[in-house]
Amino acid sequence: MLPRFWRKIRYRYNLIGTECTNCGKKFYPPRNLCPECRRKSRISEVELGEEGTVISYTVIHDASEPYKLQKPYVVGLVKLNSGPTVTSQIVCDPESVEIGMRVRAVFRKYGEDGEDGIIYYGTKFEPLNAGEME
Amino acid sequence: MVGIVSYGTYIPRYRIKAEEIARIWGENAEAIKNGLGVYEKSVPDIDEDTATISVMCAREAVKRAGIPRNSIGAVFVGSESHPYAVKPTATIVGEALGIDRFFHSADLEFACKAGTAGIQNCMAMVESGMIRYGLAIGADTSQGAPGDPLEYSASAGGAAFIIGDDGTIAEIRDTLSFTTDTPDFWRREGQPYPSHGGRFTGEPAYFRHVSTAAGEIMKRNNLSPEDFSYAVFHMPNGKFPVRVARMLGFTGKQIEQGLVVRYIGNTYSGSSLLGFCAVLDIARPEERILLTSFGSGAGSDAFIIEVTENIESIERNPGVWEKIRNGVYIDYGFYAKLRRKIRMG
Repeated sequence: MLPRFWRKIRYRYNLIGTECTNCGKKFYPPRNLCPECRRKSRISEVELGEEGTVISYTVIHDASEPYKLQKPYVVGLVKLNSGPTVTSQIVCDPESVEIGMRVRAVFRKYGEDGEDGIIYYGTKFEPLNAGEME
Repeated sequence: MVGIVSYGTYIPRYRIKAEEIARIWGENAEAIKNGLGVYEKSVPDIDEDTATISVMCAREAVKRAGIPRNSIGAVFVGSESHPYAVKPTATIVGEALGIDRFFHSADLEFACKAGTAGIQNCMAMVESGMIRYGLAIGADTSQGAPGDPLEYSASAGGAAFIIGDDGTIAEIRDTLSFTTDTPDFWRREGQPYPSHGGRFTGEPAYFRHVSTAAGEIMKRNNLSPEDFSYAVFHMPNGKFPVRVARMLGFTGKQIEQGLVVRYIGNTYSGSSLLGFCAVLDIARPEERILLTSFGSGAGSDAFIIEVTENIESIERNPGVWEKIRNGVYIDYGFYAKLRRKIRMG
């Protein structure tokens, strides 16, 4: 678990994906091969920006043990302005999430390996108008 | 001259009111509010800690600066609530900012003044030519034991500063530190909550250190309170900074803009820095600011800062007061869950 997470830190802390410069398609999570261009694919890393739109979501009411303190929480599909669609937690009141909602990337804790293990950090999304006084 | 190139802030969105805490512990909310001068405080979300707050305010500072990320040669994170006892928060911040791996980094701890200590370290490294820009962050998710008076004020937030000597929005004309061995507030290794000396945290600790550092730096620069547009003092509560300002000869008008503690509480390493950022949000060229932090244990770092014309060309929105106003109120039960005050079975 530890080395597997460590290898992906670069892509989890920031929305860095890959782009096939042959066809212009962008991927997140990063791909090493373009499924369209195959052997003609030319892959390079690209920063995907921090804003996007919720295109679908679900609310998790029955969370697994490490996430039970967060329930109910929202997991959604966020279409980034730069193109790719990212699956991510959306940090907001489950009552307020809606399709078409504009969101931006934030840096949050994903979880931790118990009280003496490492802490996992990464990207989540929050509404662009987050925190307006209710 | 070395100074501030850019700044960024972050305040978690949840708020709890003094009335709600007082309701649980059977205390008189009005008496608490009058005594402490804190009406509500910020509360971090369940997935926020000092590392996430540091990253969020640092990203804002870097974005506003418009400098190449790789020109940042040092990252200091000052906090008394680093997520790890051993593993620097600064490593997480550096990685999340995407700066190349050739940067100096260290975590600092000096109760509530670790953030200003980071600014001084960056100043020294920039002035000596070791680095071009340094990043200094003060951030905390401080805790008070349930039922302790600290619970009304200990809160969360952070501020980040890019320190350099070109394109500065504010020049740091002088800095002076005053340090003694004064055990007014402490937390022993492995203890979840800090302990403090009650009233002892006042005269021999806060007031002695803040007034000495602030008084001496003005004296050695031949300046007096009327030479400053603004003054910001560390805000452990809403009363101490007002009183020390009066002791030194500052008016209420000079400190009002930076007095953020009443609505977000004491953000510890972020406290005086968030107040200072609130001042930078509205500061105009040639205005002079006195900033004095305080860290229990104890010490104060004082700074004389002069705003340059570059302040008008940097993005300053959303400002600190706008972020303060954008909060969501929670009750004590939810607060207790977020702050892990409930023992789980």
